[in-house]
Amino acid sequence: MADIAAPAYRIIPIIPALKPGAMEGVRSFVANEKIQEAIGFPGQLVEDWHDRAIARMGELLGKYRSLKVYMDACVHCGACSDKCHYFIGTQDPKNMPVARQDLMRSVYRRYFTLPGKLFPKLVGARDLTREVLDEWYTYFYQCSECRRCSVFCPYGIDTAEVTMAAREILDSVGYGQKYSNEIIGKVHKIGNNLGLPGPALKDTLEGLEEDVKEDTGFDVRFPLDVKGAEVLLITPSADFFAEPHIDGLIGYAKVFHATGTSWTLSSMASEAGNFGMFIGNYEQLRKVALRIREAALELGVKRIVVGECGHAWRVAYSFWNTLTGVGEGADPNDRFAQMLQKQLDHRYRQPSHVCEFTWDMIQDERLTFDKSANDKYIITFHDSCNVARGSSMGGYPGGQFDIPRNIIKAVANHFVEMSPETTHEKTFCCGGGGGLLTDDLLDLRVKGSLPRMEVLQQVADEQGVNFMACICAICKAQFTKIMPIYGFDRRMVGGVHQLVSNAIKLGNK
Amino acid sequence: MQVLTPDSASWQLAPDTRPLPMSILFAILFYLATLVFVVGLLYRIGVYTRTPAPLKIPTTPAPTTTGGVVLRMAREVLFFESLFKSNLWTWGLGMLFHASLALVLLRHLRYFTEPVWAWVAFIQPFGKYAGITLLLGAAGLWARRLFVERIRYISTPSDHLMLALFFVIAISGLMMTFVAHPDVVAVKGYFLGLMSFNWQALPSSAGLYVHLLMVAALLMIFPISKLLHAPGVFFSPSRNQTDNPREKRHIAAWAKQLESES
Repeated sequence: MADIAAPAYRIIPIIPALKPGAMEGVRSFVANEKIQEAIGFPGQLVEDWHDRAIARMGELLGKYRSLKVYMDACVHCGACSDKCHYFIGTQDPKNMPVARQDLMRSVYRRYFTLPGKLFPKLVGARDLTREVLDEWYTYFYQCSECRRCSVFCPYGIDTAEVTMAAREILDSVGYGQKYSNEIIGKVHKIGNNLGLPGPALKDTLEGLEEDVKEDTGFDVRFPLDVKGAEVLLITPSADFFAEPHIDGLIGYAKVFHATGTSWTLSSMASEAGNFGMFIGNYEQLRKVALRIREAALELGVKRIVVGECGHAWRVAYSFWNTLTGVGEGADPNDRFAQMLQKQLDHRYRQPSHVCEFTWDMIQDERLTFDKSANDKYIITFHDSCNVARGSSMGGYPGGQFDIPRNIIKAVANHFVEMSPETTHEKTFCCGGGGGLLTDDLLDLRVKGSLPRMEVLQQVADEQGVNFMACICAICKAQFTKIMPIYGFDRRMVGGVHQLVSNAIKLGNK
Repeated sequence: MQVLTPDSASWQLAPDTRPLPMSILFAILFYLATLVFVVGLLYRIGVYTRTPAPLKIPTTPAPTTTGGVVLRMAREVLFFESLFKSNLWTWGLGMLFHASLALVLLRHLRYFTEPVWAWVAFIQPFGKYAGITLLLGAAGLWARRLFVERIRYISTPSDHLMLALFFVIAISGLMMTFVAHPDVVAVKGYFLGLMSFNWQALPSSAGLYVHLLMVAALLMIFPISKLLHAPGVFFSPSRNQTDNPREKRHIAAWAKQLESES
C-alpha cells in the first residue's frame, strides 16, 4: 500500500468531474467461511443466492419503512450527488449517494414494481446478476453510513439505511466483509472488538493506575467488574491501549476520581462499539448490545455512561432503549425493559455520554481546571458523523454540538471552528467509519478524508490550529493513520477527554 | 338528458347536447384514471403505514417534540428546507415548478365547482400565468438533467419522460388559455357531469384532447412512479420521527417478538 498518496486539495471546493469506474477495483476483503459461520451467516456464496437475495430484500422491505419509502421516493433531483466525502475524494459517480442507492433501487424496481417488471429499461431497472451483486459488494463497502446525504435530501432519504440493507442481503447469501464480521465474532467470543481478554484488560488497567500515579501523584482508579458501583462505563475497546484513545480513558477516570463517583468497567461488556449496526443486521445489533444489559443487571449499577465513540453513541442513544431497555419510558407491562429500568436512577439520562457527565459536573462546579495546561494547543473540533447526525446530547436539539465544545472551552484557552459547511450536521465523516477502518480500504480512506483535510489545512494555515479534538474512536484511529499522508503530525488528533485530562485538577479544588 | 343548472349565468349547454364517442372515451378514461389514482395511492399509503420503523433514525436537526416534528415537516413540504441547504438552483427551480403547479391545480378547481368558490375566482388570473412559470420551472429542471454531468448520469429515461409529460400538459394548457380557446363552459359542464354521473358532451378540440389524455396518464402513473415522493416524504422516518429515544421506549412488533424468544 506504499503507493497510496493523498489527492490534491481543491483550490476552490468545486464539485469534481466524474471519473466513472475510478473505484471499481477497490474492494474490501471478503469474509472466509469461518468468520461467516461464527456469526450465523452462510460460509460462502450460496448456490441459490439470487432467489435468496430477492427474498431477503422483500423481507426487509416489509420490516423497515425507511427502506420501503426510500426505494420509492427518490426523484433523482441530485441534491445529494455532491455531498458524499467518498465521491468528492474519488470522483467515482457510483459514490454519489443517489447512484449508490440506485444500485439497489434498480433491482427493487425490477422485482418489486410494475413499471420495472414491464419496462425495465425505461425506469432503470435491472436483473440481479452476479455482476450486480459484485457491484453491490464493492460500493456498499465504500459507504461509511455517515448520513450526510440524508441532511440534504428533500425526503430525508438516508443512504445508510440502504447500505445497511444491502450488506444484510449480502451477508444472508454468504457474501460478507472480513473486517466487520470478524470483529462481531470477537465481541461474542471475547467481549470486545479488539479481542482483549479479561485478564489482559485487568493488567492493562492496573498498569494505567501506576502510570497515572507516577504522572500525577494521585491514586486514580480504573475499576473492573465492581458490583454495586454507581456508574458502569461502556467505552470502545480502543480506549484500553490505542493512541491517542488511551489518553481519553485516563481523562474519564480523572473526572470520576475528581468528582468522587464510584464507577466500574465490565469485562463482559468491554466494548461500546457495535458493528452489528454497520452490517444492518438487527439480530447482531441486538445481541451485541445485550451484553451491556447483562453487565448492568449483574453489576447492579445505577447509571450507564458511554465513552468517546461515534457509532457507539448512536447505538446507545438511539437504539439501546429499543434493543436492551437501557433508557426509560417503557410500557408498564414491558417486563423485559422494566426489569432494567427499575434498577437505573432516572434523575440522570440513561444512557449518558461521558461528555454529558463531565459537562454536568463542570456546571455543578465539581471540577476545576488549569486551562493553561492546554495553552500549547490551538484547538479545533471535528464533529463525528454518528454523533452529529444520529444522536443528541443534553436533551435538546443541538446539544451534541454544544456540549463537547463547551467542555473544550472550559479546559482550554484557544478554540477555533473549521468552515461551517463542514461542521455540525454538515460535518464530513473522517473517511473510516461504518466498517471501513481496514487497511484493505486504505486508498478509499485516504481519498474520503479529503474534504476534512482541506478545511483542517485552512485553519492550520490561517489560525495556527495544531490540535483537532473529536469524540470517536474510529475518527481517532482513522486520522492518526491518514493525517501523516496529508503531511500532518499524527499527534494532532485526540479526544476531548484528553484535553480534560491535561487540565483537570485532582487535588484540593 | 337534464342539464345541471340550466339557469346559471356562468355556463350553459344546449339541452339537446348528446355525448359523442370521444366524450364517452374520455369519460371512461377519467373514471379509470381516478380509480387507479385513488386506489393506488391509498394502497401505497396503506403499505407505508403498515410497515414498521423498528429503530429511531431521525436526522439532525431533529425535534424532540411532536409539535416540532409537525413544524419540521411543514417547512420541508412547503419550503423544501433540506433542498435549500443543498443547492440553490435546484431549490429555486423546484420551488418555481411546485408552487406554480399548486396554483395551476387550485385554479382548475373552477372546472369542478359550481358556483366557483370566491378564493378560486381570486387566484384565477395568477393561476393562468402560473402555467408559464410551471413551464419555466420544468424547463430549468430539465436543463439541469441534460447539462449537469452528475444529474445526467443519474437520470433514467423515465425521468426525462416525466418532464416531457409535464411539458405537454403545460403547453397544451397554455395554448388553450392564451391561443385557441375551447368552449370552457362546455368543458366545465362535461366534468360536472362526470362527477354527478350525468354525462355531457366534451367540446371537440385537439388541444383539449391532448391535455386531458396526458393528465389522465399522469394520474395513473402517480401511484407506481417517483411521483410517490409526494406521499413518501410524510412517511420518511428520518424526517417524521421525534428525537426522544432515551425518554420513551420505541419498539416494533417483530422486534418485540425477539424478546420472548430469548
